[in-house]
Amino acid sequence: MYVNFRQAKWDEPPIFEVGTFAREGVKVDEEFLSYTSELLSRLPKRLLRGSPPSIPSLSEVEVVRHYTRLSQMSYGVDLGPVPLGSCTMKYNPKICEELAADSRIAEAHPYLDEEDVQGILEIIYTLQKWLAEIVGMDVCSIQTPAGASGELAGALMIKKYHLDRGDVVRDEMIVPDSAHGSNPASAAMAGFKVVRIPTDRRGNTDVEALRAVLSSRTAGIMLTNPNTLGLFEEYILDIAREVHGVGGLLYYDGANLNGIIGYARPGDMGFDVAHLNLHKTFAAPHGGGGPGAGAVCAKGVLAEYLPVPLVDFDGRKYYFRYDLPKSIGRISWFYGNIVPAVKAFLYIAALGPSIKEVAEVSTINTNYMLKKLASLPGVDLVYGHSRWRKHEFVISFEKLRKETGIGAEDVAKALLDRGFHAPTILFPLIVPEAHMIELTESETKENIDHMVKAYEEIVREAYSNADKIRSSPVNTSVKRLDAVYGNLPKNITLTYKQFKLREVLKGVGSS
Amino acid sequence: MLKELGISSVLELFSDIPQELLLRRELSVGYGGPLPEYRLRRLFNDILGKNRFRYTVPPFLGGGMCLHYVPAVVKQLVSRSEFYTSYTPYQPEIAQGLTQALFEYQSLMAELYGVDVVNASMYNGSTATAEAVRLAVRVTGRRAVVLPRNIHPEILEVVRTWSEPVGISLVKVGYDRESGGVDLAEVEKAIREWKPAAVVIQTPNFFGVIEEGVGEVANLAKEHGSLMIVYEDPIFLGLLEAPGNLGADIVIGDTSSVGSGLNFGGPTAGILGIKDPEGRLLRQLPGRLIGYTRTVDGYEGGYMMVLQTREQHIRRERATSNITTNSALEAVKAAIHISLLGPQGLRKLGEAIAGRTEYLVRALSRVGLNPAFERGVYLREVTVRHTRIVELREYLRSRGIYIGPLLARFFKELGDCSLVCTTELHTKEDIDLLVELVGEFLKR
Repeated sequence: MYVNFRQAKWDEPPIFEVGTFAREGVKVDEEFLSYTSELLSRLPKRLLRGSPPSIPSLSEVEVVRHYTRLSQMSYGVDLGPVPLGSCTMKYNPKICEELAADSRIAEAHPYLDEEDVQGILEIIYTLQKWLAEIVGMDVCSIQTPAGASGELAGALMIKKYHLDRGDVVRDEMIVPDSAHGSNPASAAMAGFKVVRIPTDRRGNTDVEALRAVLSSRTAGIMLTNPNTLGLFEEYILDIAREVHGVGGLLYYDGANLNGIIGYARPGDMGFDVAHLNLHKTFAAPHGGGGPGAGAVCAKGVLAEYLPVPLVDFDGRKYYFRYDLPKSIGRISWFYGNIVPAVKAFLYIAALGPSIKEVAEVSTINTNYMLKKLASLPGVDLVYGHSRWRKHEFVISFEKLRKETGIGAEDVAKALLDRGFHAPTILFPLIVPEAHMIELTESETKENIDHMVKAYEEIVREAYSNADKIRSSPVNTSVKRLDAVYGNLPKNITLTYKQFKLREVLKGVGSS
Repeated sequence: MLKELGISSVLELFSDIPQELLLRRELSVGYGGPLPEYRLRRLFNDILGKNRFRYTVPPFLGGGMCLHYVPAVVKQLVSRSEFYTSYTPYQPEIAQGLTQALFEYQSLMAELYGVDVVNASMYNGSTATAEAVRLAVRVTGRRAVVLPRNIHPEILEVVRTWSEPVGISLVKVGYDRESGGVDLAEVEKAIREWKPAAVVIQTPNFFGVIEEGVGEVANLAKEHGSLMIVYEDPIFLGLLEAPGNLGADIVIGDTSSVGSGLNFGGPTAGILGIKDPEGRLLRQLPGRLIGYTRTVDGYEGGYMMVLQTREQHIRRERATSNITTNSALEAVKAAIHISLLGPQGLRKLGEAIAGRTEYLVRALSRVGLNPAFERGVYLREVTVRHTRIVELREYLRSRGIYIGPLLARFFKELGDCSLVCTTELHTKEDIDLLVELVGEFLKR
């Protein structure tokens, strides 16, 4: 039986309640104390800490046990599949972790002279070039600390491009209804009005609807391809022609590149600007939310608008280039999130051109699992029947919900009970009760079969014993959490201090 | 698997890509082909061998980031792959450890900064500042922000990139030539004239000088309905008063000093917190927030992401920010480091750095390298001035002693200045060696 999962459950108190005696986990020397007092005596009293911060005083072993226990109540790719759609949670090779921790990077100060850090600059330069080749663009910058920051950079570049041409009325950014939420959010942050267009039945961006909204106010369109349904935009060349035809630009959201890498390139499709998520496609780990690393890439005249500095090579040495007069400026300080970027460099270096097998295996995995799940009772495909998916696929449990009361969230929680992280749920918004599943190339056929079995069992149980599904998860560290309760203004508890104030513990104990 | 799909070649799965778009050649990436692990290691080692920096003693380089010690405990604990290979906790029941660690980060930082709420992290200190400025603009409905020229110039650039295209005016005010602190008269004038959404102060500022007027500026800001934003490194908060207790409405910082390290500038986590007695700011706060809740059956407590209706995946173009991926693991590092230090450790660390700074300033002055702002009280970083600063820096560098950055790259009027930074890593002998070499050079 594959189902044999019970997550660790430590009744681990908040770190503030771990120890009762004041202990010191770190020794600090007192060699310079006499000088300290001299310095402090010149400062107004009010600038010195009046009362020490209320943080715990713990010994080293107390801290280590606390966080080790917490780690046991967490779940990552090293424990099992994390098939979150559009998140590309692939395996993170250990060699990349080890090498990227090198002290020649860890201790490198960002203001060292260029000639002292030629090794790091070579890595950045090479990565910029490889990424440009992969997306079919001219230049990439890795200054963006994450994908969304690449989106903001791209939107700002598009904005500045139009303004520089005296095109001051272009204030509309077109975003399909299937897009990642960060797309409209980034467009709005750059000051654009977001114009939403629908998806057609085949799962493509509706080209007719697009034509209807294109105008001299169109600044551009933000697309991901394959889209969030996992479908390749069949009319991408028409879209590019139409948008360019009215003077707009095309922005590529690289979150979904994994399914086509080495097979098709956004630059060739007509995109002008693109971002990549190095923590998705290029195997840098996600760290429980971050840090990741992004890249923003551009083609032709748009390349002049990239954030500075870029790393360039003059045939002899690598150096920072600041001389981009049209640049939008810095999108973040220094040069980007170097450690995840180094992991991405190592990943591409290790694979070489065979990186296209990533697209092949992830696409095979996707379609294999889709085929198995699509025929389950209660499951529907809303868009693009009989089309191949690429990096991910989306199924709907709307029918199941209507017939049994069990919706996408219940199914997700029941998956947790079987030792699998749930996929992305309730997204894209155009698919009711959605599960958006991305396996990446990392999952084996056996693992996929196990997951399929889990889904079969859950769906079967939904029809026979819905209450059991509804009461899941029971094998995780805690049972199902109450989002409504936690979001009520009277219950909002964001710190330990508020927790004490609200005496939440008592409340829970007595209810 | 292909058989199950009823196809004979994987190419059929890509048949819906227009023919003219199919890449018919190999990508020109990597080093020729797949590499065995031992080749990859060798190749990487060769590339990093081209880094020429060799620290004879820990570097005296500053500029917003200095080399601090990262305890072994921090490195070991975040190497737990349950943490580092996990995703944003969309399924909190299976991620209680991670959510609790982030809740603790929020709680510890709120204590250090003296504020009500700190979010689960921004990318870094520079983007946290840009987000803070936009937060203040949303909350107040005003369009101008006052920033002094003595905050980190790269932060200033980032704020400009994120703000000016949407019509936020950045009103720059100067610094006092004798103390290096903000010019309070100019700040006052700017506040009266512009009625800004916020005033930003960094302390210690980019020059290393502690801003003594934070409280006064905060009062002025309050008087005119502006919010006070204070940027401060968390490592000083055992020693210096919490900015929340000095009148800050929004606090910002960066975790480079408390667990993240240098890494050529990133990654770190950006700290962003609010003092929000009237509840005006919370709904406009960007970024993930972990809250405490209970199970549906009401028997147990637990942690999960809350107030998600502020965020992009729900609110889309009306979200408070586009931030998605943040710096969760760096936040966990900071939580571990601060837990290890405790209130005493953190104060002692601040004292250790303060003592070294004082010793350094005096010793350098003795050999003729004087602080550029004579009336400033420096902490960790010192701005020094000398007509031969460029040659001096080069002379030291050739001996494996690094100071910098030179301020010429940021300030026209400070072409003969450099930063020098000292941290707990420096022994008396390290500083003495620096001073001896400086003296030697200046005598020539």
